[in-house]
Amino acid sequence: MKFLLVEDNHDLANAITSRMRLDGHVIDHADKISDASAFVATGEYDLILLDIMLPDGDGRAFLKQHRASDLDTPVIILTARSQVSDRIGSLDLGADDYVTKPFDHEELAARCRAVLRRKSGNAQTTIVLGDVVFDPVAGHLMVGHEAVTLRNRELRLLELFMNAPGQVFSKQKLADRLFSYDVDVSENAIEVYVGRLRKHLEGSDLRITTLRGLGYRLDRDG
Amino acid sequence: MRYLITVFLIVFGQVVVAQDWEDHQIFNAENATTSLRIVSSTDTDLFAPLIEAFVAKHPDVGVDYFVTGTAEIDRLFRDKPKAFDIAISSAMDLQLKLTNDGFALRLNGVLHPEWAQWRQSLFAFTSEPAAIVINKAAFSGYPIPRTRQELIQALRARPEAFRNRVGTYDVRKSGLGYLFATQDARASETFWRLMEVMGSLNVRLYCCSGEMIDDLITGRISVAYNVLESYAAVRAESQNALEIILPSDFPTTMMRTALVSRDTLVPQQAERFIQHLVHQQSGADKAASSPLPLLGGEAGVDRATIALEPALMTFLDALKRAKFLSEWTSALIQD
Amino acid sequence: MDNPTVSGSLRYRLGLTLIGGAAVLAVLLFFAVRSYAVQVAQQGQDNILVASVTSMLDAAAIRDNAVEVDIPYAAFSMLTTPADDRVFYAIFQDGTFLSGYRDLGYLGPDAGLENIFGFANVRGVLVRQVSASRTLIGANKRTEVQIVLAQTQDALSATLDQISRNAALLGVGFFALAAALSVWATAATMGQLDRLTTSVTRRGPQDLRPFKNSVPQEMAPLVQSLNSLMARLDQSLSQSEDFIAEAAHRVRTPLATVRSYAEATLQRVDKEENREAMRSMVKAIDESSRAAGQLLDHAMITFRADHLEREDINLVELVRDLVLRMTPIAEMKDLSLSVQGDGSVPYAGDAILLQNAVRNLVDNAMKYGPAESLIDITVRAEPHPHIMVIDRGPGFPSHEISTLTLRFKRGQNAENTIGSGLGLTIAKDVAFAHGGGIKLENTLKGGACVTLSLSS
Repeated sequence: MKFLLVEDNHDLANAITSRMRLDGHVIDHADKISDASAFVATGEYDLILLDIMLPDGDGRAFLKQHRASDLDTPVIILTARSQVSDRIGSLDLGADDYVTKPFDHEELAARCRAVLRRKSGNAQTTIVLGDVVFDPVAGHLMVGHEAVTLRNRELRLLELFMNAPGQVFSKQKLADRLFSYDVDVSENAIEVYVGRLRKHLEGSDLRITTLRGLGYRLDRDG
Repeated sequence: MRYLITVFLIVFGQVVVAQDWEDHQIFNAENATTSLRIVSSTDTDLFAPLIEAFVAKHPDVGVDYFVTGTAEIDRLFRDKPKAFDIAISSAMDLQLKLTNDGFALRLNGVLHPEWAQWRQSLFAFTSEPAAIVINKAAFSGYPIPRTRQELIQALRARPEAFRNRVGTYDVRKSGLGYLFATQDARASETFWRLMEVMGSLNVRLYCCSGEMIDDLITGRISVAYNVLESYAAVRAESQNALEIILPSDFPTTMMRTALVSRDTLVPQQAERFIQHLVHQQSGADKAASSPLPLLGGEAGVDRATIALEPALMTFLDALKRAKFLSEWTSALIQD
Repeated sequence: MDNPTVSGSLRYRLGLTLIGGAAVLAVLLFFAVRSYAVQVAQQGQDNILVASVTSMLDAAAIRDNAVEVDIPYAAFSMLTTPADDRVFYAIFQDGTFLSGYRDLGYLGPDAGLENIFGFANVRGVLVRQVSASRTLIGANKRTEVQIVLAQTQDALSATLDQISRNAALLGVGFFALAAALSVWATAATMGQLDRLTTSVTRRGPQDLRPFKNSVPQEMAPLVQSLNSLMARLDQSLSQSEDFIAEAAHRVRTPLATVRSYAEATLQRVDKEENREAMRSMVKAIDESSRAAGQLLDHAMITFRADHLEREDINLVELVRDLVLRMTPIAEMKDLSLSVQGDGSVPYAGDAILLQNAVRNLVDNAMKYGPAESLIDITVRAEPHPHIMVIDRGPGFPSHEISTLTLRFKRGQNAENTIGSGLGLTIAKDVAFAHGGGIKLENTLKGGACVTLSLSS
């Protein structure tokens, strides 16, 4: 996926881009409206992440101008403002969703996914591994010719594994990605989700191997 | 109280009776508890029906009816305002002056047309023209005069036939005569020419209409000038010999008037009598018949009625009267 | 709100002044017209008296050495009045009575051109009298003829009574007209104030534009002060709004940066103690940002609730929009949000406040609801509009139900959950602002049930 991040705070922008790249996305960064306009004019993006308070103007003005030029690239607004006073205005101007700073990266990812799912059709986001076809945006999993329905956490867990087959993930690392930091999660919970994934992948040439003391790894047969 | 009043009336009545009256009659004396004293210039037989109708309606009221001349009424009223309750006179000028001088009582309960009353105190109740009355025998074969001018010509044409045989009021004695004469003089100079002609014929002078008519009937005189038509009409009916002429050049009509004394002791009864009088004489009561002429219509419409106004006092002025009488005398009394 | 101290009424004061003035003017008018009429009427009578006495004097002559006054008939005739006024006169020659009424006295000088007017009492009645004289020159002597002519005033007073009645009617009419005009003028003047009041009252709480409508000159300073007060209010309001936005931006953006770095770092470090430190850091950031957010929200809600701006909304649509937006977060926890109830619940209220209240309720439900459970949101119009949120969590501790909606109060079982404790307080404040309330219950199965009810 190709994202455009419009954010004047470079530290935050760096943090977001490095995290997005970690998830396997391509991300361009613009720190003011004029740059953003130039990026949009030359490249095609699947999603724009837009800050409101920018040095050369209000992000909502860019949004308005963007929508007026007939481009339907989905936009998620990153706002530090109170949700109470800003929400209606930004959605009325044509933003698809918004996140309030500071945000949970998983929440941002989930919102991106939801927005992309609503606007799906134009982007091919499937990951093919062996006889498994996985579309993390739509949440579709095809094992052979059978469609499997995944719950959200199962989906996010599978995405983690399929983005890095052969890599070992510790239980703790997986828990940090699947659960909010506000709940203490037992390692059993991870075992439950891994168990469910294994069940869904039964019959395919993918399997999740347990490495005692280290964690889990996605392997491909053959 | 009643006793006192009775005594008072008896004593006063004797004083009144002491006067030399032409006539005096008492109506309804037996039932009356109160009595109205009326002094009048109208002959009793002409007025009696009106009084009888009144006492029939008001049985508790009696009427003392005294008849005398108009000038005498004026004098009596001025001298003794308490002696009489009602004054009735044909001398409009004297009656008006009595009212002007404050001798009349204001009667707000009497409804009467504006022209026929003055100060709601003096009420007219007849319209009576002055007439020329002739003995027809004296004019047989000659045209009967219709105007003063024709009368003058008739008298001049046959002075010997009329010498000592014409009559009129002695204006020095008769208030009504003075009124008629002054009004005639005011209207036309013809009056003075007539007076001169009559003076040259050795005119006979009378105090009253009645006597003039008597002499006409007996043939003592052939022409009487300024006789009250009403008096003459009563006699002419029985005496075919008379003819009454209302001069067509300018008729003089007077209104007989009544007033209530300011000092009357019976104002309610007096007011009721005036109400009765003007009602009867208005002709509203068809059943009632009065020998007196009715009041008639609005003044001045068909006959020049002498108006009830302060101007009537003009000829009563001492200087004016003296001047008029002197002219009258010099015209009429020729030696 | 404090009512202003009222002392008297401008309307009554103005009305009374105008009507009182009209009454005084009406009385003055009455007396002015009447006294003028008295003059004119008296003048009329005097003129006739003079004409009459002049005609009498003209008729005076010396004949045979004696004074003769041949009073013209017209002299008295012209004194005829509708009220039949009485006439008195006296004729003197050099002060010696000749004829007429002896009780009249000659008032004038021995000779003169001037007619002397006066009032006298003759025979108990008041009369207006005129004295005039004329010098006659005979063959061998000069003599003075003096005449006093008097007339009662019955017709004059009848005329004056009539005029007084008319003048009184005129005065009353003038007063009635002036009073009506006063009422109208008062109403018109006060109408300007009423119109200004109405236009101030009709404005929404956010409408702080200056008044542009034209007002009478006298009211201009008031409107000016009002406009400058509103300008200052507007400025301070937008300043505080800007301040809130600026504060949020200044606090949240660095927090977001730190959080993002912490998260990214967490992905890279393997040493458990470092990871634990990173997790604690993220937790602390989340808590403080949430607290800051809710504090700002609460401030904003308090402000808006004080100036509630109602618009027509559909509660079902409002809740559906909100649920759609919260679905991604719910999904992350494998929670399902379900909206039930009536198809449409129209209501007049503040959409932003209501949405915020419901969001806080759903936030709470998502916090306490166990994974892969259902959260039921029910919107109904009867008996009065209400929104009910039910989760499948442990429910409220029964002994704390009454105190939970107090500010910063959190349930005992919430130790492991991030939240400032303001969520229920916000929901309660919003419900109160809409004339409703909030009810906390536990379902039979143990889940929490919060009902936000609004006035119908």
